[in-house]
This record gives sequence, C-alpha cells and structure tokens, in this order.
Amino acid sequence: MIMATDKLVVTHAPHIRERDTVPGIMGGVLIALIPALVAATLVFGWFSLVLVAVCAAASVVTEWIWMALRHKDGRVIVQDYSAGLTGVLLAFTLPPTTPIWMAILGSVVAITIGKQIFGGLGFNIFNPALVGRAFLTASFPVAMTDWVLDGTSTATPLDGAVATNLELFIGNIGGSLGETSALALLIGGAYLLYRRLIDWRLPLGYLGAVVILALLVGEDPIFHLLAGGLILGAFFMLTDPVTSPLTRKGRWVYAVGAGIIVFMIRVWGDAPGGVLYSILIMNMAVPLLDRFLPDRIFGEVKAK
Amino acid sequence: MASKTFKSGVAAPELKKQTRGKEIIDIAVPRRVILPLKEGPGDPAKPVVKKNDEVQAGQVVAEAQGDWGLPVRASIDGKVEGIVDIRTAAGQLGKGISILGNGNVNMEKMESLGSEISSLETEKITKRIQEAGILGMGGAGFPTHVKLMPPPDVKIDTVIINGAECEPYLTCDEKVMETRPEDIISGLRILMKALNAGKGIVGIKSHKKKAIQLISEAAKEFSEIEVVGLADKYPMGAEKMLIDALTGRRVPQGGLPFHVGVAVNNIQTAVAVKEAVLDGVPLLRRVVTVTGSGIEKPGDYRVYIGITVEELVEAAGGLKEDAAKVIAGGPMMGQALHRLETPMGRADTAVVVMTEKEAHLPLERPCIRCARCVDHCPVFLNPITLANYAEKEIIEGMERLKIDDCIECGTCSFVCPAKKPLVQNIILGKGIVQNAQRRNGGSD
Repeated sequence: MIMATDKLVVTHAPHIRERDTVPGIMGGVLIALIPALVAATLVFGWFSLVLVAVCAAASVVTEWIWMALRHKDGRVIVQDYSAGLTGVLLAFTLPPTTPIWMAILGSVVAITIGKQIFGGLGFNIFNPALVGRAFLTASFPVAMTDWVLDGTSTATPLDGAVATNLELFIGNIGGSLGETSALALLIGGAYLLYRRLIDWRLPLGYLGAVVILALLVGEDPIFHLLAGGLILGAFFMLTDPVTSPLTRKGRWVYAVGAGIIVFMIRVWGDAPGGVLYSILIMNMAVPLLDRFLPDRIFGEVKAK
Repeated sequence: MASKTFKSGVAAPELKKQTRGKEIIDIAVPRRVILPLKEGPGDPAKPVVKKNDEVQAGQVVAEAQGDWGLPVRASIDGKVEGIVDIRTAAGQLGKGISILGNGNVNMEKMESLGSEISSLETEKITKRIQEAGILGMGGAGFPTHVKLMPPPDVKIDTVIINGAECEPYLTCDEKVMETRPEDIISGLRILMKALNAGKGIVGIKSHKKKAIQLISEAAKEFSEIEVVGLADKYPMGAEKMLIDALTGRRVPQGGLPFHVGVAVNNIQTAVAVKEAVLDGVPLLRRVVTVTGSGIEKPGDYRVYIGITVEELVEAAGGLKEDAAKVIAGGPMMGQALHRLETPMGRADTAVVVMTEKEAHLPLERPCIRCARCVDHCPVFLNPITLANYAEKEIIEGMERLKIDDCIECGTCSFVCPAKKPLVQNIILGKGIVQNAQRRNGGSD
C-alpha cells in the first residue's frame, strides 16, 4: 500500500473524458469522403486520385512549414488531419483536369491565406478549402471551368447542359471532381450525421432553403438539389465546425442564409460559383451570429 | 417503464460494475474522526468542547450558528484532540474538531417525535431535522431544514427524492434504495408533512430495476407518492435537471427549487430524516462508495461521519501499487485530494481511486469550435466562449453570457474533443466576476 501522498495527482474535475478527439473528428470526415472519392475515380478516372493526393500532401507540407516558422511543434498539429482534410476538400471542388501545379498552388493558398494567417486551426474565419478554390477561380477562370467527361469538354448542368435528375443523382455527368455523385455524397453525409460529426441543422437549413425558394419561383427543386456542389457544400463545407456558428439559433440563420444566397446566385447571377460564395459570405457573418444570437438559457425569464 | 428526461446533457459511462450487486459493508469504529465545523452554505458551527474533553457519540460538540447553521455531533465516543485546520473533501478551508476514538459508540439518542407520521407537528419536524445536523447528502450539503422553511408566500406542492445518482462509479444511493426502501418512503412522507405538500416523487434511473421495484412496493399504499423512472443521462441528478424531467417546471435563472414549488432531497437525506424524527437518531453515519481501479477492495461502506480518507482507504484494503489519483466524490464533479488526512463529511459521497494510466491527462489541442460543449450544456450556456472570456478576464462578456448560471457539472469538459479545461476556466471566471462585482461596491 502506498502512502506517499505527496505523489498524488491533483487535477480539477471532471476526471474522465469522452474518447473523441480532434484527429478523430477530422478522420471521421475523411472516411465520409471515401464514397465520393470512389465515385470520382469511376467517373473521371485515376487522375482524380492523383489530384486528391497532391492537394492533401501539399496542404500538409504547407502546414508543416508554417508550424516551423511559428516555432510550434509541427507533429501535434499535422497529426490532427485538419490540413489533409482541407487538401482533400479543395481537390473535390476542382475540375478533374486541373494541372498539378495549379492544385499545389491552391493548397498553399488554402492553408496560408485560408488558415495560418488567422492563427491556424480553430481561428480562421473562412473555410480554407473554399478560400483556395476562390483564389484559383479568380486567377484561372478558364481552367477552373473546364468540365471534361469521357475526354471531351462539356458544360455543367448549371451552365445549361441537359441532364436528367437520375443522371445527376448517380453522378455520370460533368462537374467538379467531388461533387459529381449526389448518391455518394449522401452516403458520406449520412455517416457524418450518424456519428454526430456535423449538426443536422446545417444541411437541413441550407438544402431546405434552396428547395423552398425553387418551389416559390417555379423551378425544379430536385434539379437544384442535385446539380453543382450543393450537396458537397451542405454536408462537407458549410459544416466545417471552425467556420460555422456556435449557437443553435446562429446555426439556423447561417444555414438558411447560405441557402438563400446560393439560390440568388444561381438564378440571378453567375451560375456555377453559387455554393462557393454562399458559404464564404455566411462565414463572414459567423462572429456576428455568435454574438447577437445567443441561445436561451435554462430558466431564462422571457423579456416582457 | 418510460423514462423521464431533460434536454441536452450527455450519456456518461456508468463504471459501476466494481461495486454493484455487493452488500454494504459496515466499517469498524475508526481510530479518529475529524468533524468539519462547516459543510454547505451555512455559517460554521461554534465549538462547545475543548481539548481532552471526553465526548459521546451523538453529543453536540459544536453549536449551530445563524438560521442556516447546523450543529456538529460527535460520531464516535472518545476524547477531543483539538480544533484543527482542515480542508474538507469538497475543498473548503476551515476548522474541524478532531476526536480520538476509544473504539466504542454508545450513542446518545434523542427522543422520538412519534411513530405516526400523519400526526407529527410541522415545526417540530423542521427543528428536529436541524438539531440532528441533516444536510443534502448528495454532495451539495445544503441544510435540509432551510428547504422546509420557504418564504411565507411560497407554496411547495411537490417533494422529490433524488435517486438519480448520475455520477459514474457511485452506487451508495442505489444500495440504500435496495436495502431501506421503507425508510426512504417514511422520510419522504415526513418531508411532505413538514411542507404540507400534496405530492411526493422518487426519481430513479430506469435501469436500476431492483431499486424501482422495492421502492414502488414500499410506496404502494400511498397514492400521493409516485416512483418515476429516469433516463440514463448526466447530469440527471442536478436539481434543476431533475425537476425539469419529473415535473416539466424550470427553475428560473438565479432561483431555487422553491420558486417552482418543489423541494428536492437526496436518498440518504430521506433516510436520515426518518431516523432523526421517528427513531431519535442524529446523522452520524452514511454510506459511501469506495471504488476505482486503484483500490484493493472496492465496495459501499457504511462509515462514521468524519472518518479520514486515509482510514477509509485502509478499510477498503488500501491503495494499489499504481494508484495515482484519489478523488473525493464522483469523477465528474469530485475533488482530487492532495492528502489523505482529509475527513469525509456528511455530504461526501465517495472515494474514487484512479491509476496512473487513468489519471494521465489527455493532450490538449486547439478548439475547433465543434460546439459540442454548447450542444450538451444542460443549462444551454456557451461554455467555450465563457472559458475564453475567463482566460482573458473579459468580465463584461462573462456577465453577458450568464456565467453565474453554470452548475459546474463538467459536461462541457467531458465532451470536448480538444480536451480543453472548459468548466475549470468557467469556475475561475465566476470568481473573477464575483471579485469585480464586490470591488464595484456591491452594486448588485
């Protein structure tokens, strides 16, 4: 029996913790992206895998360099999978023909401008993958809209190409690498919801707003749901925890607001960029939403 | 049985296998007890004995002070060693009366107030409960007689007995429910009588089937008493959550249960009430859980109030070689002790011993704003923002986000995937805010 009580560990309660960790959450999201990656490879070929690998590797290396510059222990940060996830998500938004150097450039920008200049993981305002994608769209507008399917350039359905809703659902159509198959993305999204890695309010508010607006202006809501990156955005981009609100009320406004913006851009603006800008714009509103839409506290007396 | 529940909270692990199903072990009379003069929010009691005085179990050794105060009674026979500086298991610094035992307990009983609960006098019950030194035995140590004296304009219609025992590891209340169901129901009826309340509810986690069955049987002939199953969720035993689950009433911010017409008492408190009122036995003993991977003989022990953790651990076979952390109370809200000479008071429920491996703190990472702390907080606060404000000492922000409403249950830190010390910082922040308010001349 030990009585050397000076050796007792003293810490503050709670003395037990749930198992989930930050790397566990990021890893879970990566797992949820596997079906979409498989779909991309089947539809666009093996180069999809190369693009995803290049973006992930470039993001991790960029993160590592930044950690070294900031004199932080790079192992801890890089081990959390967040940089890799940013890379994979960026690759999913790229056309399948994106040159490798361009993919690397996008990844460097995503990690540097999207994440590290704000202070790294947890401090960035904008979704880093979408910052990278926005940078590439602005810099290389032609390459970023080169939708190739079976070796020939095509338009995407949002540009006016004809596609049935079934084709959109399965994914055998032109478009960005990761957003081609709604089915694969929904499988991943269901996994995220099942593991409670994302809040159901976000995809529901976002997709719900688009459906309701489509019905109001007399467009086909199913087409709007399945076309473009809406589902990828709803389950994987809008739900980035770092850049979405903390409060429940804030999350509703954030998701529905992004849904309204994407629909306005699609109907009255430049069709393909809707998802990208809707999320980036609502990212900007997050600090305000957190500040001005607090949840009602237990037992709070209603203001008269 | 359909389970009642509240919003938010978390499914915490049970960790109760080590002690569940075993019988309560009566511990031998300890060599020494140290009786804290202050437990809970009341004023410290005033000692009426001096060094070398011989005392008898049940004798008042310190008198109650103020309306909320409670007397301190010797729990064993022996000689007063002195008034010593202590740190209670709950972490409060103060004084205690140290009594060196002589191995005997010849209890000085009080007179029974009667055997028929329905003919007891209300004022006498309240006075007796105070004299017997009874307080909230679930951990908070709130004086029970104060709960029986609500402001004159308040009507309490429901008395709840809290059998949730939501802290992992703990089984002492479950054992008491399984062994003394009639006494619990008698205690509840006495409390209802004292408050002239028309309804009594015993809330028990639905999976504690044996306890529910036995207590339901004991309550069978009393139509005003209901036994209700509760969902297995933490912090179900927190007063506000329990009242919400059982009655649908929400205690207003900054309020107490009486504001919604309810009084809540712990299982063992109910037993102590019955013993004090019907049997004339003051509160000198209680059942505590001693468990964890770092203890040789885990079990539920009936102890004498004031036993030191050191003697209690010894009675439970001692610490194992790799024991590293000794917690007074449950793992969610209990205090890690730095010395084992700490006494176990009336409100101290358990000793949990963790091994080096279990005591190892997980790696802290940057917050990813996943909002799990927000989603699980049972009082719907914004823990991560509060913790950030506390770290930066932003008093305005902590006040705006109602830091005072935090019940310190630890759910936020428990669920945090980044392993941030959230509740820890919030508790620090509370202190910062209170100090600032005091400095500003107590304008509040």
